[in-house]
Amino acid sequence: MSDNGPAGSWTGPAPTGAALPIPALAALAQWPVMAGRSLRLTRRNLEAILTSLLLPVLLLLLFVYLFGGAIQTGTRYVTYVVPGVLLLSAAFGASMTAVSVTGDMTGGIMDRFRSMDVAGASVLAGHVAASMVRNLAATVLVFGVAFAIGFRPSAGPLDWLAAAGVLLLFILAISWLSAAFGLLARSPEAAGGFTFLVSFLPYPSSAFVPVETMPAWLHGVAENQPVTPVIETLRGLLLGLPMGTSPVRAVAWCLGILVASVAVSGVLFRLRTA
Amino acid sequence: MRHDLAVEATGLEKSYGRVRVLAGVDLGVARGSVFGLLGPNGAGKTTAVRILATLIRADAGQARVAGLDVVADRRRVRRHISLTGQFAAVDELQTGQENLRMLGRLAGLSGRRARHRAVELLERFDLAKAGHRRVATWSGGMRRRLDLAASLVGHPSVVFLDEPTTGLDPRSRQAVWREVAGLASSGVTVFLTTQYLEEADRLADRIAVLDGGRVVADGTSAQLKRQVAGQRLDLVLADTSAFEDVAGRLGGRAVQPDRDRLTVAVATDGSAAQVRALLDEVDPARRAVDRFAVHSATLDDVFLALTGRPAPPPDLDDERDDEHEKEPAHV
Repeated sequence: MSDNGPAGSWTGPAPTGAALPIPALAALAQWPVMAGRSLRLTRRNLEAILTSLLLPVLLLLLFVYLFGGAIQTGTRYVTYVVPGVLLLSAAFGASMTAVSVTGDMTGGIMDRFRSMDVAGASVLAGHVAASMVRNLAATVLVFGVAFAIGFRPSAGPLDWLAAAGVLLLFILAISWLSAAFGLLARSPEAAGGFTFLVSFLPYPSSAFVPVETMPAWLHGVAENQPVTPVIETLRGLLLGLPMGTSPVRAVAWCLGILVASVAVSGVLFRLRTA
Repeated sequence: MRHDLAVEATGLEKSYGRVRVLAGVDLGVARGSVFGLLGPNGAGKTTAVRILATLIRADAGQARVAGLDVVADRRRVRRHISLTGQFAAVDELQTGQENLRMLGRLAGLSGRRARHRAVELLERFDLAKAGHRRVATWSGGMRRRLDLAASLVGHPSVVFLDEPTTGLDPRSRQAVWREVAGLASSGVTVFLTTQYLEEADRLADRIAVLDGGRVVADGTSAQLKRQVAGQRLDLVLADTSAFEDVAGRLGGRAVQPDRDRLTVAVATDGSAAQVRALLDEVDPARRAVDRFAVHSATLDDVFLALTGRPAPPPDLDDERDDEHEKEPAHV
């Protein structure tokens, strides 16, 4: 065998002059490898596939055919509810990132990665990348089913592009937020609790029923929580409705959550691996 | 700093809350040797390894690995080492090949070289046939071998193995031992922790016994055995009353008294005069002792003498407790 010997052997004093890659660049170089890993793991986790693909479709059918008849929104309910279901499935799917991150933190693999000088950022960003792909697939599927059951948006190409951009930004923000929670949780079960919590966020919003139909004390919450402006923006873009300040608020919320989550993840990673 | 040492630690201390896990540990491991850190559960073995492998920082003391400081030169140290912990550090949902290729890429190999390295390591560890199956379908022994293979992907010069055979059946343990011995012969420095005396005896050129966060003895296995007592006199007694009688006369000198099997041992220098005197002393009526045997002390005797406890029997294998916690926050 050619390479039984240690390649990185050292002689005498410490080789302080040897070049080390800059941490950010190293993380960037490792990220595709980690993203590939996370995608493979996701693809082979049947449970995760079923929940992230099937659940959004079932929710769509549930809302349109079971609840839809009783809900008055001024338009056909399928038209009203599709952006809501998209958001709900994105929030739910992205929050599954927490479970994968906790799995890595509590298993032995993180020690191996760290002892190989793999940057924590690249491990987390790998999970986020897989989350993006997974949720993109779910989104396309929901759109497909929505078309089949009568959803007819009036969006032009630019509106579509903008809608896709907002949705991706939202998924990105929630994925990083989930990664931060994944670092905080001590077991995958606890991380699952976070998924549960996040998937409730879209309910007290304009996702499924107009906010005016809720009790007055909920208006403040529903109108000012992050999900509502994102939904209003999506709805506005897809259906050609007036959006007011929603797009600005939506982007501000998502960027805020994203930046805060990335920063908190960095701190948490250092704390958890100290 | 000594250049012939692959691992050098002085005065390592580490506490979690009020619990002092390491209370001043000094270690020196010669390049290219196999070093065994032997100790019972909770002795601080894992903590010591994690400090040396740059994963946690000591509260006090210094350590150099491959000639580099484990704190100041942490990232450079990581290019020279690999760590295989007690939890299998491979992805169950990936195949053996995929695991090794991923680690190869992370270690900086090109895609092609990572693939070659994976194939080569799978072959070397007798895993080539299973290489394309997901690790979830593999046996515990195979996973452990993959773990070992994974630790070699980046051509480390110092390999840390934390309890490499804990939880393995005897056959898999033999296989791991063969691999570790092979590693050593290829010039890699191996630092392993173990609770098994037999393992340390078989594999390690030098052994340090860790107990209660301190190194209570170190040397070659032969030196340690000599340090305790040259020889041991094993007695088989006639019946229970004879056992009680002899054990009573030996008092604190009795080693591993076994009432059910009617056996007890005592340290001796092995000379005929002393053995004769001992026999006369414990059995003046010449009726209690059925048979006797004199043999060299085992590491078990060393362990007992140093820690005041018998060595854990190998059937405690599956216990994954105290030390195995990554962060003993519950203490």
